[in-house]
Amino acid sequence: MSLHVEMEVLGGTLIVRPHGELDHHTSDMLRTKIEEAIRRGNVRHLVLSMRDVSFMDSSGLGVIIGRYKQITSLGGKMAVCGANPHVRRLLEMSGLFKILAIEENESNALSSLGVVS
Amino acid sequence: MSMSTSEANFMKLQFASRSENESFARVAVAAFVSQLDPTMDELTDLKTVVSEAVTNAIIHGYDSKPDGVVTITVSIEGETVILTVEDEGKGIEDVELARQPLYTSRPELERSGMGFTIMESFMDEFEVASTPGRGTVLRMKKRILSKQAMYN
Repeated sequence: MSLHVEMEVLGGTLIVRPHGELDHHTSDMLRTKIEEAIRRGNVRHLVLSMRDVSFMDSSGLGVIIGRYKQITSLGGKMAVCGANPHVRRLLEMSGLFKILAIEENESNALSSLGVVS
Repeated sequence: MSMSTSEANFMKLQFASRSENESFARVAVAAFVSQLDPTMDELTDLKTVVSEAVTNAIIHGYDSKPDGVVTITVSIEGETVILTVEDEGKGIEDVELARQPLYTSRPELERSGMGFTIMESFMDEFEVASTPGRGTVLRMKKRILSKQAMYN
């Protein structure tokens, strides 16, 4: 199993769409790709679209927490959308529900960040 | 009629402590447990637990070195899955501390510190035996309420 990552910048918001399984092995790659995209500039906010993530464990939570810290330290906001019930449960257990905007889909996520899609 | 099973069925798996083996480990355990006709949710819980345990063995037991060996044993007793995940790595100095939610010994690796919490809440029983310098064994149990039983 591997992870394929699709990224798009829309009105200053980086939208990241991982496809596949998010575990310790694949989360390193996802982290590097998002970090590089944020460093390249023109990115204020971050949307992580989890619709096509079929599996996630606590390594995925680690990447989400890490990117949340990264984007908020630069003055931006982050939203997670499209999470299946399994992923939602892990987000709840970790307390991430309290600090992140958790939205149904990408357009809700973008509006929650104040970005017009 | 799983009650009629008198002898425990089991499987044992050994593999190198490489992160690319994490998905193999969860798929293998899920395939073995499928004979109990678990629900998708039960299988996802088990796969998550295997992923957490194997990741811990690789990152913490073996400090991400690929030359360690991870051993997984799964046995089935009636409707209960007994899972052990073992490494011969450096062991855990303070198990109570390691079990605290959000605690991680490796914050620089962006670990969430949720591994033990997830394993404890997804399984019915969870035990850690660790000897510094010798390794760690996680022993867990989960009763599978098969789809069959749900319809009866």
